[in-house]
Amino acid sequence: MTEDRIKEVVLTILRRIAPEADPTTLGPDDNIRRTLDIDSFDALNFFIRLDEELGVSVPESDYGQLHTLAEIVRYLAARVQ
Amino acid sequence: MPSLGADMQEGTLVEWLVKPGDRVKRRDVVAVVETDKAAIEIEVYEDGVVERLVVEPGQKVPVGTVLAIIRSDGEAGAGQKKEAAAGEVAAPAPGRSKAEAVTPPPGHEPAAPAPVAPAAAGRIKASPYARRLAAERGLALERLQGTGPGGVIRAADVAGGVAPEVPSAVPQQPSAAVADQGPATVTPPAAETPPAAEMPPTRDFQAGMRRAIAAAMARSNREIPHYYLGLRIDMSRTLRRLEAENLKRPIRERILPVVPLIKAVALALGEVPELNGYWLEDRLQPQEAINIGFAIALRQGGLLTPALLNADLQTLDELMAALRDLITRTRSGGLRSSELTEATVTVTSLGDLGVETVYGVIYPPQVALIGFGRTMEQPWAENGMLAVRPVLTATLAADHRATDGHRGAQFLDALNRYLQEPEKL
Repeated sequence: MTEDRIKEVVLTILRRIAPEADPTTLGPDDNIRRTLDIDSFDALNFFIRLDEELGVSVPESDYGQLHTLAEIVRYLAARVQ
Repeated sequence: MPSLGADMQEGTLVEWLVKPGDRVKRRDVVAVVETDKAAIEIEVYEDGVVERLVVEPGQKVPVGTVLAIIRSDGEAGAGQKKEAAAGEVAAPAPGRSKAEAVTPPPGHEPAAPAPVAPAAAGRIKASPYARRLAAERGLALERLQGTGPGGVIRAADVAGGVAPEVPSAVPQQPSAAVADQGPATVTPPAAETPPAAEMPPTRDFQAGMRRAIAAAMARSNREIPHYYLGLRIDMSRTLRRLEAENLKRPIRERILPVVPLIKAVALALGEVPELNGYWLEDRLQPQEAINIGFAIALRQGGLLTPALLNADLQTLDELMAALRDLITRTRSGGLRSSELTEATVTVTSLGDLGVETVYGVIYPPQVALIGFGRTMEQPWAENGMLAVRPVLTATLAADHRATDGHRGAQFLDALNRYLQEPEKL
């Protein structure tokens, strides 16, 4: 799966989680939580959806290294089948 | 029109879910009402038969207005049981047939595809509940005409309960203006751009939300002599247990750290019941059920504090499921009236953004609010040893009319004790 495709999936999930925000304005290095005003409940839903859509189960201990779109896409690209 | 909290003065009936002749049972949802803060499903409190619907969809009426008349089973038609007491019958219904009050059959939706509500850069202004209703009914928001301020689509527009004409105050955007707007952050050239129409709905929703919060919080500060207590709590035992538990679980069954906090609050309130209840009629009225109102921020601004009912009796898994359900419905619409009126205490957790200490304002007529900041690694001295521990500051804001600092201290001590023995949670 290409990074572009992964990014598309991530943005689709974000759009569903935060319909009032606008993920298309998100820069690759913006802090997603801060920019889209995502709380820990939204974040958990985000990881649940990632697991459903891409089959990547992110352990809690990795949450800390996933703040930006670029970091998330890189992380997923290394793990998606 | 029931009062759904100290912050509510009026509400708009969006939709009836029953019709005259229907039999209803206690806790059945009979209508949807939109307040300044949210669309709420209204439950009835008695068994009976719907005799008459008094208020029509689309009407905004003050709290206390009779919405419908329900005949109790014992009353044999003579006596009339009013769903919402007080106040005389609402203003006469506007000249529209009652048939419209009933949910329109599928396909009845405003079929006028002509002047589509224009949305800049694909963003359509709609209330959260309207979004959910539209999704449930398979309606595209683009095809609906918003009658809210600035053309915002309200639940009533989706339900078909509001007259289709657009208030003249709302300028319809010429379709040319829709063409190819960039993302919202791009500053568009002045003249023919939508922002003028984009701004009012946001401001208006926030204005309503702010008004509601202002009413409740001003009353709180005016009437309630608050006292505040804080305690730093070592969270290592609770967090270690939670992490080990979550590691064993698939993502969708993981428990958020706020869940054991809520449970610990509920158990500690069991030991200090004076903090769980209401100050009404010049006296403290402790409540037996421990229903924790949990402050949930809305992304468009403002907050709601729906209740996790009987939190002390639930396992962490049940509480997590209940919290998930509550947050989801708070943000998409579909809260029930009981959830907004039965909270006996409030918990607010502001740790997500790094806040260390919360100094809460009590939601009247409740008598206490428990605030949690962020759990942070901090130096911690214990038994003559210095270590680094995850530390959380818990605060209690309490009503000094109802309790004194000593009781409050007992509560925080009990809270700390439960968090040091997470196997009891």
